[in-house]
Amino acid sequence: MNELIKVGMADLNVCCPPKGLTTLGLGSCVGIVLYDPVSKVAGMAHIMLPDSTKIVNNENKAKFADTGIDMMISNMKKLGANTNRLIAKIAGGAQMFSFSNNIEMMRIGDRNVEATKLKLAQLGIPIVAEDTGANYGRTIEFYPETGVLKVKSVGRPEKLL
Amino acid sequence: MDSRIDLNKINSIQYDVLKEIGNIGAGNATTALSQMINKRVNMKVPKVDLLEFKELSDIVGGAEKPVVGILFTLDGNINGMMMFMMDLDASRHLVNLLLGGAYVSETGEFSEMEKSALNEIGNIIAGAYLSSLSALTNLTITSSIPYMAIDMAGAILSVPAIEFGKIGDKALLIETEFGDEIRAVNGYFILIPTIESYYAILTSLGL
Repeated sequence: MNELIKVGMADLNVCCPPKGLTTLGLGSCVGIVLYDPVSKVAGMAHIMLPDSTKIVNNENKAKFADTGIDMMISNMKKLGANTNRLIAKIAGGAQMFSFSNNIEMMRIGDRNVEATKLKLAQLGIPIVAEDTGANYGRTIEFYPETGVLKVKSVGRPEKLL
Repeated sequence: MDSRIDLNKINSIQYDVLKEIGNIGAGNATTALSQMINKRVNMKVPKVDLLEFKELSDIVGGAEKPVVGILFTLDGNINGMMMFMMDLDASRHLVNLLLGGAYVSETGEFSEMEKSALNEIGNIIAGAYLSSLSALTNLTITSSIPYMAIDMAGAILSVPAIEFGKIGDKALLIETEFGDEIRAVNGYFILIPTIESYYAILTSLGL
């Protein structure tokens, strides 16, 4: 079993094979994997909020979809990734509780997914696989050697994306 | 957005006050629970911690550990949310106390009856906590119906963590241990006022 580097909440990391990346228990947060299939450099971010410009305390870049993706790409370049070759796989953005009365709070998962897609589209990075939305948590593992993203949930079969 | 309050720079007096609110709230919750099941319920002094998001799920036994989370949205003078969380064993034990063991399955998924009992436990505990907060601050707080989810701790914690994430990089976690003579279980409260409400709480206490 290859070593998996753990990415915490509002955190990101980059790696090369044989190492892999994992983040545990994604709820309304979104797990973003960027991958250069040629150099096999990979990055994973666990973002919590869509937009850093809407928040006063935005020092932690890994917390937001916009700044998290930028920071991840710059860290991946240092490992030899070519930004023109990057592809993305995303998971998470669930709605954990079925609120009846608060629209903004209810949609945070969706908004995180939308912001992630918008940012990736602006950068011209294609999303080749996604497992987002619904109402359950996800643990993801990414293996740069093969480019496979594994998604695990409670009481559900494992998915390979 | 109000930038006067920064949870990362909370001072020791404010921290002590939040701790004390946690203490009193948990005490009230225990009394209420005890009256409901007509049995003595013991409680230890709660532990209060200001934690980084990364550490939050480790405290409750890891991000992948299945837990029951009961969430309330808050309204009135204080807006935000509050969550009560327990692991599955603790939840089964409390449901058992409440239903007298008659309806409780040892393993597997919770039945509708059990879920409804859990919601009620959440209601009692959250109500007791909020009434002490309300009494101390003289602020009116109303809470929503309970919303329950059973899933990985990290996934459930992401909901309050995101709300906290708007105001800082840390969350306030209150851990309390309670139970009957036979067994003690751990429960966790997380209170997430909006930044304006956080300011309202501290101002009303003269801080």
